Amino acid sequence: MQYTEIMVRYGELSTKGKNRRDFIGRLAGNVQKALRDYPDVKIHPKHDRLHIVLNGAPFKEIDQRLRLVFGIQTYSPSIRIPKTLPDIEQASLELMQATWKPGQTFKVNTKRSDHKFEYDTNQLNRLVGDYLFEHLDGLKAEMKHPDLVLRIEVRADAVYLSSELIKGAGGMPVGTAGKAMMMLSGGIDSPVASYLAMKRGVEIDMVHFFSPPYTTAKALAKAQELTGILAKYAGKINFIAVPFAEIQETIKEKLPEGYLMTIQRRMMLQLADRIRAMRGGLAIFNGESVGQVASQTLQSMAAINDVTTTPVIRPVATMDKTEIIRLAEEIGTFDLSIQPFEDCCTIFAPPRPKTKPRLEVARKLEAELDVEGLLQRAIDGIQITPIYPGQKFLDDQAQTDQNLL
Amino acid sequence: MIYFDNSATTKMSTEALTTYEEVVKNIWGNPSSLHQLGDRAHQLLEAARKQCANLLGVKPCEIFFTSGGTESDNWAIKGTALAKREFGRHIITSSVEHAAVGNAVQSLKELGYRVTVLPVNKRGQVNPADLKQALDSDTILVSIMGVNNEIGAIQPIPEIGDILENYPSVHFHVDNVQALGKGIWDQVYSPRVDLMSFSAHKFHAPRGIGILYKKAGRTLKPLHDGGGQEKGLRSGTENLPAIAAMAKAMRLYLDNEPAKAARQRAIKERIINYLQDKPGITIFSPAEQDFAPHILCFSLAGIRGETLVHTLEAQDIYVSTTSACSSRSGEEAGTLHAMHIDDGLATSAIRLSFDEHNTLAEADEFIRVFDQIYRHFAKVNHLG
Repeated sequence: MQYTEIMVRYGELSTKGKNRRDFIGRLAGNVQKALRDYPDVKIHPKHDRLHIVLNGAPFKEIDQRLRLVFGIQTYSPSIRIPKTLPDIEQASLELMQATWKPGQTFKVNTKRSDHKFEYDTNQLNRLVGDYLFEHLDGLKAEMKHPDLVLRIEVRADAVYLSSELIKGAGGMPVGTAGKAMMMLSGGIDSPVASYLAMKRGVEIDMVHFFSPPYTTAKALAKAQELTGILAKYAGKINFIAVPFAEIQETIKEKLPEGYLMTIQRRMMLQLADRIRAMRGGLAIFNGESVGQVASQTLQSMAAINDVTTTPVIRPVATMDKTEIIRLAEEIGTFDLSIQPFEDCCTIFAPPRPKTKPRLEVARKLEAELDVEGLLQRAIDGIQITPIYPGQKFLDDQAQTDQNLL
Repeated sequence: MIYFDNSATTKMSTEALTTYEEVVKNIWGNPSSLHQLGDRAHQLLEAARKQCANLLGVKPCEIFFTSGGTESDNWAIKGTALAKREFGRHIITSSVEHAAVGNAVQSLKELGYRVTVLPVNKRGQVNPADLKQALDSDTILVSIMGVNNEIGAIQPIPEIGDILENYPSVHFHVDNVQALGKGIWDQVYSPRVDLMSFSAHKFHAPRGIGILYKKAGRTLKPLHDGGGQEKGLRSGTENLPAIAAMAKAMRLYLDNEPAKAARQRAIKERIINYLQDKPGITIFSPAEQDFAPHILCFSLAGIRGETLVHTLEAQDIYVSTTSACSSRSGEEAGTLHAMHIDDGLATSAIRLSFDEHNTLAEADEFIRVFDQIYRHFAKVNHLG
């Protein structure tokens, strides 16, 4: 028995009225991107469902990819069969043998859009049910809450059989909500925030600050590899590396220690905002969580956010660390996030940063710097790389070396 | 050639040697160096540690690489004595330990530590009741081996562990150099064990490398002070080629352990079947569950062990007089002596020790050759 197509049911987007067509088109495009390695697979977006015709591609592999596409509520793998009763019976039995486990209750649920077909819904339910009872021991029917529903759809072109209902990733298709900049550090929180942003349909560009020689090439590679994990949800993510050492050195040289962190963050946000404007983004996302560290107190956020009126959205702002970690584990970024390479946030962290910086003081201190020159030189040095799902950046030498053991 | 002296040492496997060579040639950075050569070496070191920990069912932070069984034993004992000096001066061990334990404890005696040496019964095993009696508030360490290296007797480690549950601050050290990979792990390990010694060349890895397992939370003073390697407890640039080769050899050695152990037991049983009831033969390693499957020690009355060793050697069969470490020094076997076996019989003892590469065909060949030798000596000595 081999599945021949997948029926995909839309999530929230079904309710979005006149934007529906855009949403469906975007979802179809995202599915196409996710399945780009399978050229034979054909995607047919319809107003109420999306049909994926496998043309021989293995469902198990397709399934793994489809699970990560936002905007899908549920999907069912199905088998396309000729419109004759023996074919329907035979395929029903095979499908049941593959999916039904002894002890489970079941029912047959027929839908018929081709009303010229020789059997009507009730007849088909009964005929197929009887056939299955004859061939499977211990089968029990249950109309109200069956464990398994064998769905038979009689359409104009063929009959479609399915028995599994798989839960999709939910959310909205990436790109439907527009584009934003994501400030990605490499810690635990910002990858989770990235995931949540994409889940709401936001297309993100990663903005990552790096400070060689204070930070190592490994810290940069780690952020890129995290992006590779997150790109599984988007098909591709652009990674923007912003050189930050000059700004950090200048701040350290010229400004009092207590405000090092606040001014650094203000500069980061201004850079992210400039990059956003250059790239046509509408908002900035980050992984801040209220009260987690000195730069994430409400006083700090106020003193930092002061540099822009662009919406700064913080998806994990009110989550506990344990909740964030659970999500990080779920999306597969946790193990990489906890790899100990110093990033630019820790390397210039003052021993006693102000947890309640004063806005006026921050503005005054910042004004002592050549802000324009510093920002411009950083912008001039940015490097943009497209990153694809699962792409590796950390030296996999260690992995190869392990073959010696 | 038939090699029945695997408790003395084993032949390094080609796989371990390949790993050793690769690391020497390509991953020669110092694991402590910050640059990428060092980083690569460091990553391999930690991967090897993790692999050894997984294979032993412990945590990676509990694995310390040493230069071998002797160092591991010395460190466990002297490191405990130094760390616990303030709390007590009493050490308990057995009369059948390997010299690395026995002599380390004797050194501490000279420094003023009090030592109780537990006796063994006729089967070479300590009585847990004796241990219970010996424990007092001054006791800081109990060091009892898992498998005796001369006769293969398994000591009652889980029972000792149970007794020590009531003495939580006492360090429990088990010399498990002879006990790994023989399908008897439940008998030589209990969760109460704090320290364990292992030697790599007993499982087809290079010489000069071994492991001390130290349970997380237990304190031990270092014997090697220096650059702070191994979490500051065992300084000295890590012997990475040997460590990697050991990790590899250990994985291969423990793969399919039950089947390998069963075959060694079958070899031992076949030879015992031949030997038993032969006039003049005394078997010290019965084919029973409290004896390791790979060691068979027996005597032929009236013939010195070394005479038998050389006679067999002439037929390309390699065995040893009890433990290889003590055989050259000419002393009679410590374990047999502790079992109150008379000196004549003890000096007649030889030890056969098997491993995964031995076969039943080799057992049959040994029996064929030994039978000729036996008939000759039995006639000379008027046996039977």
